[in-house]
Amino acid sequence: MRLSEVGFFLFMIDCILTNNYIFSRFLGCCPFLGVSSKVETSIGMGLAVTFVMGLASLFTWTVYEFLLIPLKLEYLSTIAFIFIIAALVQFVEMFMKKSLPALYSALGIYLPLITTNCAVLGVALLNINSNYGLLESVLNGVFGALGFLLAIVMMAGVRERLETSDIPKPFRGFSISLVIAGMMAVAFLGFKGLVK
Amino acid sequence: MPKKGNDLRGVFINGLLTENPTFRLVLGTCPTLAVTTSAINGLGMGLAATFVLIGSNAVISLLRNFIPNKVRIPAFVVVICTFVTMIQMLMQAFVPPLYDALGIFIPLIVVNCIILARAEAFASKNNVVRSAMDGVSMGLGFTLALILISSIRELLGNGTVFGINLLGASFEPMLLMVLAPGGFIVFGLLLGIINAIGEKRKAGKEDKEVAAA
Repeated sequence: MRLSEVGFFLFMIDCILTNNYIFSRFLGCCPFLGVSSKVETSIGMGLAVTFVMGLASLFTWTVYEFLLIPLKLEYLSTIAFIFIIAALVQFVEMFMKKSLPALYSALGIYLPLITTNCAVLGVALLNINSNYGLLESVLNGVFGALGFLLAIVMMAGVRERLETSDIPKPFRGFSISLVIAGMMAVAFLGFKGLVK
Repeated sequence: MPKKGNDLRGVFINGLLTENPTFRLVLGTCPTLAVTTSAINGLGMGLAATFVLIGSNAVISLLRNFIPNKVRIPAFVVVICTFVTMIQMLMQAFVPPLYDALGIFIPLIVVNCIILARAEAFASKNNVVRSAMDGVSMGLGFTLALILISSIRELLGNGTVFGINLLGASFEPMLLMVLAPGGFIVFGLLLGIINAIGEKRKAGKEDKEVAAA
């Protein structure tokens, strides 16, 4: 899916709905299952991921294009990206603590978790693999993360209701969450025809 | 401390069954869901992760007395990354179809929580032999889980396992099973069934203990 071919709106729909990071690409499932027990915390996690994924797309693309390709070090991309992401997360955390204490206290605890969120490394690698330009990469990162935000908030909404429902004991926790995610994924399959 | 042979066997059984990374610890869910569309993909992913686990566990265990505590996580990640890049190049050279099928999930082994979790929880505290054994058992436990999930999905979604047709031509494939939702549903139900079996066995053991007392 190229931005130049489909335009801004369809590109956004494609990233958020048709190719949702959780339901069709399976990236970022760990926080999706781990941090989705309350709507409030899931919004925090989703926003933190959006912030980091947008920045990570920008920085990894720049480093790949202007550092790794000229030096013919493309095979180091995985290790370079994971370091960029780790450094970025650390930096964002320090910056927020100092300049945006309100935002920091809301998102702070989720930030370190993001380093090992495979959606972030995944989006960096996908941008490179699909030969995206800078603008496409950043938009892919931000919209992809908004898709993640949508998925995790929906999941948290369902799980809050589950608290009071009578589920067979062995199926409580991860098991029932996965089955619910499966049903949501069925619904998201319906978006497949939206973008051709 | 038990005898050496027994100890290693304990480590082996631990990863394979008692603390199976997929079903008991529920780590590494992304590759578990993404690559289990066919049994051969599951097997390939499992073996790639096993290779990385054994390598990183052994090297981290050898370096455990040299790595300062403060920078241990970045140091672990470098070691893991090295092995992931190695397996990525090996697979690209020798099994290109599998390499294409697994796609970005090969480089994403770096952020597979199983590997970092074992480095932190086991390899940084145990000697080389035990750590490598832990890598073997955790890796095989992961592989077995992937084969189980992918066989079910491939059988229901395509009528085959490892490409061999088992259900005959009259079987109407449930396409949903090899699409994204199938992964979530099969994994979720298997997790519940395994929990139920685990609880039953635990209850059985407690009954026996009560009877013995």
